[in-house]
Amino acid sequence: MGLAAAFWIMAVVVVVAALGVVFLRNVFRAALALILCFITVAGLYITLSADFLAAVQILVYVGAISVLIILAIMMTREVQQGSPSNRMKLPAFIVAAVLLGIMIYTVTKTSWQIAAESPLSPTTAPLATKLFSESGFILPVEIAAMLILAAILGAIVIAREK
Amino acid sequence: MAIVDFIVQNQLPMQVVPPDWPGGYWWHWLFFTVVLIGFVLIMVMGVIYVERRGLGRMQSRLGPNRTGPFGLLQAVADAVKVLLKENIVPDKADKLVHWLAPVVAFVPVLMIFAVVPFQNGALLADLNIGILYVVAISSVATVGVFMAGWGSSNKYSLLGAMRNVAAVVSYEMPLVLAVLGVVLVAGSLSMNQIVLAQDIPYILFQPLGFLIFFAAGCAEINRSPFDLMEADQELVAGFHIEYSGMKFAMFYLVEYAEAIAIAAIITTLFLGGWRGPILPPWLWFIVKVIIVFFVMVWTRATFPRVRIDQLMALAWKFLFPLALINLFVTAIQVLVWPDALPWIVIIINFAIMGILILLWSKFFKLGWGRLEV
Repeated sequence: MGLAAAFWIMAVVVVVAALGVVFLRNVFRAALALILCFITVAGLYITLSADFLAAVQILVYVGAISVLIILAIMMTREVQQGSPSNRMKLPAFIVAAVLLGIMIYTVTKTSWQIAAESPLSPTTAPLATKLFSESGFILPVEIAAMLILAAILGAIVIAREK
Repeated sequence: MAIVDFIVQNQLPMQVVPPDWPGGYWWHWLFFTVVLIGFVLIMVMGVIYVERRGLGRMQSRLGPNRTGPFGLLQAVADAVKVLLKENIVPDKADKLVHWLAPVVAFVPVLMIFAVVPFQNGALLADLNIGILYVVAISSVATVGVFMAGWGSSNKYSLLGAMRNVAAVVSYEMPLVLAVLGVVLVAGSLSMNQIVLAQDIPYILFQPLGFLIFFAAGCAEINRSPFDLMEADQELVAGFHIEYSGMKFAMFYLVEYAEAIAIAAIITTLFLGGWRGPILPPWLWFIVKVIIVFFVMVWTRATFPRVRIDQLMALAWKFLFPLALINLFVTAIQVLVWPDALPWIVIIINFAIMGILILLWSKFFKLGWGRLEV
């Protein structure tokens, strides 16, 4: 009962905040709405007994990514006017609509199964074993790390003054 | 302190959802939330007194000594004064963001105290991801500072907030790496488990980690000598320049509550938390918190404020590599000699700390960054 109420409150907040990100013309307020969205998603993780994931969600998305977004906004001039519209409006709308259609189709067509087992209580150690043990996902984790490093180096090279 | 006293005298339980607690979970939650808010407010007044009198002593002056015996009521008088002041909002401010900023800054700091163990078992919750929760939640407080800096429509506010981004993003890494060393030795993320594992306080096992955490923690909460975002002679008052009355009081409260939170985390991670002989656990905890805070006051009185390039260089060229090496060395010690005699490990770690700090300060150089942008 309490869990269902919590879920519905957070679900509504997530959707409203996500709509705010798209529709608010003030970019700074849109970024704040994005932060609210991230925090509420962390709340949803908690209702799913994924406490480690929730903490990491807040740490990475609120603490790092949102901070960088806000930093970028602060560096931008004339933010108050909002983002100006341009010729890419129509193609962007089509791409977004197609993507939305595909996602709705997938979500409705998948037969979601509920696991019979109760969730693990301390999730940290099993997650670490799954990710870093010999039979786990150590190779994809390492490849992702290399990819991010390469992206950072690329960003530095692009941004560097000539 | 009085409230904790009240709890102990009335034999109220302080564990996580005690079985004999009347009214169940929600009453427990409500009661201890109120207790924590009271604790934070009273501690803030206490440490403001310690800071002002201590600073006065260190700077060869008296400090506030007129209001009440020994000036003890000065903080109360200041609080009343600031609450009665007019609330001024700038004309061009983003009103909603300006209004919400102090709240967004204050709530995460309060939430940190939920997992701090005052006794065997925290007040509100003994999460098994305790220290990760603290690191995650404290990063939200920065958002409040941005909102204040942006919402005020003031260039000094904005500059202060931007300096804060730079400091927080840079210092979070050595901070978390220093915490990881402790987590490796204790083998748990839970704050209470970390305290229970400390038969010898971890400041002896992790001396380098302690120094890194202390420096990075002071930078993270913008205490002097790292208080660049409110450097008076450059930015007037930094991000809270356009705040007055109650909202300014909120930011003032956040500043000291953050200092207490960092002191409480240092106490829990490095100084053995609530453990100690003779005195009751919660008193040990408070005494250690106040000692750590006093050291912060001491550093504030001793060191001049750093420049922004020095701040960045210290984080990236000094603390960050040392924190990485510290983590590496700790990992090797935990893996290779898990049963080594404690005093050998302690001597080795102190030697490593001395050598590394000497070596790095020898090679520490500020970058010759170009000034034009």
